[in-house]
Amino acid sequence: MSPERIFEMVRKELRQVLRDVRMRGVLFVAPVIQLLIFGYAVSTDVRDTATFVIDADGSRESRDLVEAFTASGYFRVAGASRRPADLVRALDRGEAAVGLVIPAGFARDVRRGGPAKVQLLFDGTNSNVATVAMGYAGRIVQSWGMRIAPAQAPPGVELRARAWFNPDLNSRTYNVPAVVGAILVLVCLLLTALAIVREREIGTLEQLLVSPLTPGELILGKTIPFAAIGLVDLGLVTAVALYWFHVPFRGSALLLLLASLLYILSALGVGLYISTISRTQQEAFMAVFLVFMPTMLLSGFMFPVSSMPPVFRWLTLINPMRHYLEIVRGIFLKGAGAAALWKQLAALSLMGVGILWLAADRFRRRAAAG
Amino acid sequence: MLSPTRLLAMARKELIQLRRDPRSLALAFALPLILLILFGYAISWDVRDIRIAVLDQDRSAASRELVDAFRASGYFSLAGSLERSGAIEPLLERAGAQAVLVIPAGFERDLGAGRAPAVQAIVDGSDANTATIVLGYSEAVVRTWSSRIALQGRAVVPVVTAEPRVWFNEELASRNMIVPGLVAVIMMVIAAMLTSLTIAREWERGTMEQLAATPVSRVEVVLGKLLPYLVIGLVDVVASSVLGVLLFGVPFRGSAVLLMALSFFFLMGALGLGMFISAVARSQVLATQLAMVTTFLPTLLLSGFMFSIDAMPPVLQGLSYLIPARYFLVVTRGIFLKGVGFEVLKGQALLMMAFAAAGITLAVAKFRKELR
Repeated sequence: MSPERIFEMVRKELRQVLRDVRMRGVLFVAPVIQLLIFGYAVSTDVRDTATFVIDADGSRESRDLVEAFTASGYFRVAGASRRPADLVRALDRGEAAVGLVIPAGFARDVRRGGPAKVQLLFDGTNSNVATVAMGYAGRIVQSWGMRIAPAQAPPGVELRARAWFNPDLNSRTYNVPAVVGAILVLVCLLLTALAIVREREIGTLEQLLVSPLTPGELILGKTIPFAAIGLVDLGLVTAVALYWFHVPFRGSALLLLLASLLYILSALGVGLYISTISRTQQEAFMAVFLVFMPTMLLSGFMFPVSSMPPVFRWLTLINPMRHYLEIVRGIFLKGAGAAALWKQLAALSLMGVGILWLAADRFRRRAAAG
Repeated sequence: MLSPTRLLAMARKELIQLRRDPRSLALAFALPLILLILFGYAISWDVRDIRIAVLDQDRSAASRELVDAFRASGYFSLAGSLERSGAIEPLLERAGAQAVLVIPAGFERDLGAGRAPAVQAIVDGSDANTATIVLGYSEAVVRTWSSRIALQGRAVVPVVTAEPRVWFNEELASRNMIVPGLVAVIMMVIAAMLTSLTIAREWERGTMEQLAATPVSRVEVVLGKLLPYLVIGLVDVVASSVLGVLLFGVPFRGSAVLLMALSFFFLMGALGLGMFISAVARSQVLATQLAMVTTFLPTLLLSGFMFSIDAMPPVLQGLSYLIPARYFLVVTRGIFLKGVGFEVLKGQALLMMAFAAAGITLAVAKFRKELR
């Protein structure tokens, strides 16, 4: 191993990647934009759901109930009519996701002390929104009823709910640290996977092989630059998370850096492995996607691991991103230290070193075979 | 001028090149199906088996009954009982439980005396989505149990009751939401992925010079390169739809012909966009990164596939109008789940056609055979 030769190789690689101004943009500006979009878009909070109102009663009470819906912030009136057919049309066209039908005689029934009925229709095509909106709507109707006739409420057990670590249950603080993991893996994986195939496809790999570079040096020269780019991206994206989104950072920055390095290693290893088995960049690109999607889906990024079937829950254990996300969320939100996260750290190191070694070994043998 | 012979010859050349790379070809067919299976089986927003720990400071018949009500609901599984309140924090920190139920001393006495006792639910809020659902379920369990206790002997009818009904996806299965949406998302990504390298590859390998020496025109190159991928894309649409219906039991209530027709235009647009990226990038490394950044993430996030556009800030809502998959998603969900026809989807159909025209025009405009 000659440090000089590795250094030269790293310099060549960096120059090749960063030569193009557009590439610099894609590598350093795009992750920041992605995080901004992610931070605002990835939210399962249900707000301002488009609601179509059929108020067949037209009374003070019915208007008050509609007002209770909009005042909650969860619903907004997207249209109103007296003809039920209009509601059907609005749901069909997707102009509204919820329909609130207040029948004639509603106010009379309420003043009589009940029972009064309202009908709620939900467009189930987005089952998430429908489930959550259904819960909110039920609660709004119930508490409105209690306000109108408080004497009717029976004394019962009260549930006092408290959420720890994230008291206002803001999904952004949970998602933003995780996006860091997704962006890192995507950038590193794609860059490394194409790095060697590209040389092979253009025919410059042979030149590299006849140069004094040993296969080990070649691999280091091909991975160090991308690890560096990954770390720069980590810094950029973390800065945006902290200073733009004001995500709390309760743990140790050093631990985050260590975990990220281990995580980047496994991404580089997988990328390198794809690189050794692919013959064209097209193939490598598709293989990256084939790996990236399951990695993201089975990481607990957007879908909780605990609600997966057992087989897939087991599969998540061999997913570096799953462990990394637990570390990142632990460090950002809970201020967890190495004592609480040692299992995840051990898993990451095992995988990082293992995958990288496997890929390097395979590459060395392929290079030796010509 | 457009010559069918030259166009077909170009398509044939592209096809031969594709066949020489059989693994890419196999991936082009396999990727959508693998993703569909993964999404269909592994992904669910339905929260089950919430691990709840109990700190029972009352140790009475009533408190045990309440804990039993949690267990019997089917949503919770007992993750152990705690002895003192100091044990709550370490437990939540190492994710030993998702929630802790605290029943204070004097719970049974208060209940018997007709006073309303309070129990506390502490959830791990770090996953806000799950926490919201957990709180919702806890509240429901306590409410039903409490009304069973409180209402013994007397009947109380609430003044207003809500009668919820769900249309189009009656059982609220997340699968029915995901599969049609996924068809739209996958098609956008696969299409851009397939064509984003085609022109960059010719530049990188130096075969663009050969192409430049032939009499084919720009339009012929673009359309000829598009044709094989269009066929792959349409086969993918059919295969994933059939798989969705047969394997996952997703309803298909609309017209298959309409779906194919609109898929055709959508694919033309997405393929054209991929080719435009390819012509701009000229290098495959840059083209792959550009394709991921411009198609994959925006489509996944801003199309309304998983995240409600209504809840996004106005800037992103505006941005989402630029995402073609947003419109195609209305088409697939409309045809699969709602069974709506052309008269409802004609706005979307028009937009699909505009997208196709824009994609092809961009690709042709940016594509230059001339060497520099």
